Amino acid sequence: MYTRPTHCETANPRRLNRPAKSLLGHIASAALLSLWAVAWSGPAFASTAGPSSTPSLLNPASTPAQDIYHLSLFVMAICLGIFLVVFSLIVYAAVKYRKRPTDDGHEPPQIYGSNQVELAWTVIPILIVVVLFLAAARVIHAVEDAQFPPNAIEVTAIGHQFWWEFQYPGYGFVTANELHVPVSDLSHPTPTHIVLLSADTDHSFWVPQLAGKIDLIPNRRNEMWIDPHDVGHYVGQCAQYCGTQHAKMLLNVMVDSPEDFAKWTQQQKTPAVMSDQVIAGRKVFETNACMNCHTITGTIANGKFGPDLTHLMSRTTIAAGAAPNTQENLRLWVEQPDAIKPGCLMPAMQLDEQDLKPLVAYLMSLQ
Amino acid sequence: MADAQPILPALVISPERESSRPLVQVLHDWMVTVDHKRLGLMYFSYGIVFLVIGGVEASIMRAQLAVANNHLVSPEVFNRLFTMHGTTMIFFAAMPIVFGFANYLVPLMIGARDMAFPRLNAWGFWMSALGGIILYFSFIGGFGLYGAGSAPDVGWFAYAPLTSPAFSVGHSTDYWIVGILVSGFGSIATALNVMTTILCLRCPGMKLSRMPLFVWMNSVMAALVLVAIGPLTAAQLMLLIDRYLGGHFFDTQAGGSAVIWMHFFWIFGHPEVYILVLPAFAIVSEVIPVFSRKPIFGYSIMVAATVSIGFISLGVWAHHLFTIGMTSYANAFFVASTAAIAVPTGIKIFNWVGTMWGGKIIYQVAMLFCVAFLCQFLIAGLTGIMLSAAPFDWQLGNSYFVVAHFHYVILGGIVMAVFAGTYYWYPKVIGKMMNETLGKWHFWLFVIGFHLTFDFMHIPGLLGMPRRIYTYEASRGWEIWNVIISVGVIFQAIGVLLWVANVIWSYYKGEIAGNDPWDAWTLEWHTTSPPPDYNYAEIPVIRSRRPLWDLKHPEDPDWKYE
Repeated sequence: MYTRPTHCETANPRRLNRPAKSLLGHIASAALLSLWAVAWSGPAFASTAGPSSTPSLLNPASTPAQDIYHLSLFVMAICLGIFLVVFSLIVYAAVKYRKRPTDDGHEPPQIYGSNQVELAWTVIPILIVVVLFLAAARVIHAVEDAQFPPNAIEVTAIGHQFWWEFQYPGYGFVTANELHVPVSDLSHPTPTHIVLLSADTDHSFWVPQLAGKIDLIPNRRNEMWIDPHDVGHYVGQCAQYCGTQHAKMLLNVMVDSPEDFAKWTQQQKTPAVMSDQVIAGRKVFETNACMNCHTITGTIANGKFGPDLTHLMSRTTIAAGAAPNTQENLRLWVEQPDAIKPGCLMPAMQLDEQDLKPLVAYLMSLQ
Repeated sequence: MADAQPILPALVISPERESSRPLVQVLHDWMVTVDHKRLGLMYFSYGIVFLVIGGVEASIMRAQLAVANNHLVSPEVFNRLFTMHGTTMIFFAAMPIVFGFANYLVPLMIGARDMAFPRLNAWGFWMSALGGIILYFSFIGGFGLYGAGSAPDVGWFAYAPLTSPAFSVGHSTDYWIVGILVSGFGSIATALNVMTTILCLRCPGMKLSRMPLFVWMNSVMAALVLVAIGPLTAAQLMLLIDRYLGGHFFDTQAGGSAVIWMHFFWIFGHPEVYILVLPAFAIVSEVIPVFSRKPIFGYSIMVAATVSIGFISLGVWAHHLFTIGMTSYANAFFVASTAAIAVPTGIKIFNWVGTMWGGKIIYQVAMLFCVAFLCQFLIAGLTGIMLSAAPFDWQLGNSYFVVAHFHYVILGGIVMAVFAGTYYWYPKVIGKMMNETLGKWHFWLFVIGFHLTFDFMHIPGLLGMPRRIYTYEASRGWEIWNVIISVGVIFQAIGVLLWVANVIWSYYKGEIAGNDPWDAWTLEWHTTSPPPDYNYAEIPVIRSRRPLWDLKHPEDPDWKYE
């Protein structure tokens, strides 16, 4: 286990499995279910571990998300308790003290207040507030002030209108939109420490199953961390309005086994594949505006404005998750980006068929 | 004092206004009026017009979001819609409506003949009106992000650097800035006026401790406006300097700070919530006692809670900024201050229930809305407590859970109270009763629609749906909830239309109300309906918080117990 401030044990995921906690967890889970009355909503709410296509924060798969989840159960249970008590009081008063047809027409006793009662409903809420504050402060400290072991993966995430740049300074390569991190085994944790920067407007990094959101703000360095416990594909998206295509600034986090992650980093470090069969397409790329915005390592294209395309085909989607990465979509994207993502900053390249075909073939070769 | 009675003058029937005057003359009268009642009505009507416009904008957004991957509106249009909806509802619907209530009722309730500064009052109204017109002129005159299309599209809190010239190249953001700036001047004028009126024009006998809670709560509202609008105005001026004079306050590309804008905006933005909700509390604090036939429970602690809400609300703004990477100490501080505000708010809810307890509650439509208000404001407060726990907010912030939460506050709380207030004071203002049957239809349709929309809106938030997205993938599992949310809008829209219809129908066909149809206790019911221009021919003298109770129950007057 990587070290955390010793006086704060809650951050240790194993502690959350202690019997006392799980009893609280059960009560709180029951409370939660009745609160939203959504037992019938099926897989969206089920606490099945692992990645899901619904980024539910009630289905955490990483320590910060779990810490928040357990706090949220506690807070929701308290709120549900308050709700049941006060709501019953309101309904009781509203029904019991309604004017009845048999009413004698006299005014009811005029009561101006009661010091004891008023004191009680001042002091009890204060106590509840103190408890809530302490519970929240503990999790704030556990998540924000965590310290990292030397083997933590370092990633710099840079928000752009409307895509994500991911730099891996420890490995020396750059990729986009799909963040690969290794799974973090509880016995041998490999958390990922993410530095958050912005190249233009505000953005926010939010993958609910892995951690709470933190904003990416220009001229400011923010940090967060995740330690996913299960291999798979986690989804999220930008959570701070950043301009026209805020909605299609999607986030995909691929959590790999240590072996797959090692393989992936090895592949990403190599320069782009150079195949003679697609030399015509490469020429189109290098003699058009493509190279002003995109980098392909090993070629003269070193633009920084758009995503790095060195290993484009290692990604499952294009346009920050807006479309699957297929030949047809790549072609459409180059020809008419607004058809996929209206308002994005990629210009329509105005290429004729003669150029378009080899260019797409070249892009398809960037494994 | 030998005479145990409050000295309330006899009623004077105001002379009939000439009804045969030409329309131009009538319009001219309204344009140049400095009468607080006319200005109050104008504030209110102006707010209602924008409430309907903002509601139409919301309905279009809900139609777009009802199904996944919808193409009803483009992302550009959607972004304008949510920007205009938020700005309109806060600045040009909610604020004019609460100012309308304060303007009309505060002088009547404290036994004054007008506001302290009638001409400043008119100036304030026309500045606010001008602000709304400037904002909406942007549909004609302004271009948005990348010069495309019209109307502001930077979000109602307009985070830098999206508003900087680099990202918002047209003039739509300028219309947004100037519109809010100008209406802010109007708000400050009105707040100054309300405050001065309350401090200086109370009738003899009305000590601060005898003011109706409505007046107390509006005085705290006015104080908050005076404190909160200043930072907003300053921020808008700085933004204008950035955009036109080469300043770099928020221009991050030249080293400016995006975070400073956030602090400026929310140092206004959070007190603003209480600026809107305190007048709602004020309405509920008058309606519940009258329809429960009991005085307000715990008057003193209600006043104390109101004042402490005012103070605490100035120190909670950064709970809007839990996700910007503040230190753990700063986050913990704002958790504490935010959770603390739940205490005085809770006291209020308990005291309202205490007022109903042991009463004989009459369920006129006004009271129905107050009961709905209590239940909904309770839930709004509890989701607020959830959001105040910073780590939970890291998940819920900027999600649909937050959208559901603050609509619970604004619609479930403030708008419900405004509905209650119209049913309660309409007889005084117009002189005729509103239709109870139509009112009950309005109530049930609106409440059902409200719960369909906003109860279910919490769920996509928990399932990771961020706000301000114009569409989403079906695979996310959010679609079913969005369908339900959008269906609720239909009910709410019909409810609001019935309300407007009721207001108009009752103006022509309503039963004559008389001076005091609810058998109420505050001074405004001791003048004609509608009140004469001068409100009171003789200034009343009072001896307790409920002067009309004393008058009606000489054998058991309030002043013996206070």
